[in-house]
Amino acid sequence: MIATLEETQNLRQVSPSPVVASLQSVCKNYGEVRALRNVNFSVHAGQVVALLGPNGAGKTTAVKLLLGLLQPNSGKARVFGADPTNPQTRMRAGAMLQVGKVPETLKVREHIDLFSSYYTNPLPLADVLAAAGLEKLSDRKFGDLSGGQRQRTLFALAICGNPDLLFLDEPTVGLDVEARRALWEEIRRLVDCGKTVLLTTHYLEEADALADRIAVINQGEIIAEGTPAEIKSQTSGKRIRCITELSLTALLQIPGVASARQDREAVEIHTGEAELVIRALLTRDPTLSGLEITSAGLEEAFLSLTRDNGENAA
Amino acid sequence: MSTAVATIGNTQIERSPSHTATIYLKEAKYEFLKNLRLRVYTISVITFPLMFYVLFGLVLNAKDAINGTSVPTYLIATYGTFGVMGASLFGTASGLASDRGLGWIQVKRASPMPPFAYFVAKIILSMIFSSIVVALLMVLGMAFGGVRLPVSKGVELLGTLVAGSLPFSAMGLAIGYFAGPNSAPAAINLIYLPLSFCSGLWVPYMFLPKLVRQIALALPPYHLSQLALGVVGAGRHEAASTHWEVLIAFTLICLGVARIGFQRDQGKLYG
Repeated sequence: MIATLEETQNLRQVSPSPVVASLQSVCKNYGEVRALRNVNFSVHAGQVVALLGPNGAGKTTAVKLLLGLLQPNSGKARVFGADPTNPQTRMRAGAMLQVGKVPETLKVREHIDLFSSYYTNPLPLADVLAAAGLEKLSDRKFGDLSGGQRQRTLFALAICGNPDLLFLDEPTVGLDVEARRALWEEIRRLVDCGKTVLLTTHYLEEADALADRIAVINQGEIIAEGTPAEIKSQTSGKRIRCITELSLTALLQIPGVASARQDREAVEIHTGEAELVIRALLTRDPTLSGLEITSAGLEEAFLSLTRDNGENAA
Repeated sequence: MSTAVATIGNTQIERSPSHTATIYLKEAKYEFLKNLRLRVYTISVITFPLMFYVLFGLVLNAKDAINGTSVPTYLIATYGTFGVMGASLFGTASGLASDRGLGWIQVKRASPMPPFAYFVAKIILSMIFSSIVVALLMVLGMAFGGVRLPVSKGVELLGTLVAGSLPFSAMGLAIGYFAGPNSAPAAINLIYLPLSFCSGLWVPYMFLPKLVRQIALALPPYHLSQLALGVVGAGRHEAASTHWEVLIAFTLICLGVARIGFQRDQGKLYG
């Protein structure tokens, strides 16, 4: 049986999952500083959305607006269809923020016990400790924890209420590689259980590894939005790395070279026309060695997007 | 293209009253534990008033009397006021200032915690520590100072002083909303110590210079100490209602100031 055009269109309308959090034409100023400028942004149920941007881009401001800690100067923030300051909203959300201070004389399990009590259906303590990798630390006072352990405790406080929506503001800052991967595992597991996650990060690798959708933000504006693959495809091109006698000036004169920089003993060249450039390099420098050709990753896409967005010439 | 918006409407999550009560109790319990384990707090709030009492009331002047009341008895009322004031100011102001300045209060506000629970917990903390200080003063006085207080008087004194912790908790909230996290303890001491001296909490009222005695009449600690002294029979025979009125007015003013500070915080966040 052939589906009619109408039926297919209906399907496409039904399949995008509902919006759980959104900023609608939001502006937010701190005095003279325009932290967010007419931002439109939404998070759909069951997704991991990463808000990616350099420090000062407006990521934390966006999260605070969605948590009801700030009010927009214009526009609306909506979570579960309601104002974020609605206590009902807060009962279905959990947040991990960057903080300067957490009461140090309370034990890990005491912190979790208190935060769990705010929710109607919290997770059992053992589950929370396991999810955050804190099983052995439950009786340790917060002040006696290492930086990474503190981060994991803050993560535990975000998930202990079994929320449907998780806000994670730079969640893996200060974690070593192993702990970072463990947290990523945990986030993926939560999403598999049907939760929605909005995370902010300036770690490109993290956005690439975790997110279903990335919104790139810089200087208060969303400059690109899409799947990691879509964002990456916005910079075409390849990265060529090699050890060569040619100077940077000489390299920049090769047609097709978009940029070149020194990286320790080698040079790194970005180009949209890799074959052309390779041919030129091999001709001009017979002593060339250590040749690597890779696709431009998210880092290049991000740098070029934020560079183009900024006022500096490339 | 219209996308559905996930709403709260279909699943209203309500907290039962007993659940809310549990939250308040836990908030207070952990506030208490948190401060109990902070040596800085416990020592300054409990040890200092006791130390001064032992020195000025039990070691020196133990056999003297002030207008018919024995010194150890008199000083329980005044150092009790001093202790209650310290417990309340340090219990509320420094915690609030550092929570605000370093972002912890935002984590609490982002959570489903009922906002009022935060403040109630701090007030309960102040009352518990106030009770501890006053009880210990009475024990010391009765054990070593020959203080004789009938049980009813003891309870009345304790109740008066602990009720008197509320104005100073309110004062602590007002200070906490305007002090920075590192400057709060200094700010508290700058206010607390001169206020105590001028109210006759260290040097008894009648021995203060005339000008100071006149200033004292405007100071809340003076009024609380007069209420406490009245219980042990050493008051100046003024009407208790005047003292309570001053304390209540002071509480309301402080709560007003705290509210301005609270809204200024919001306003700061409003940009």
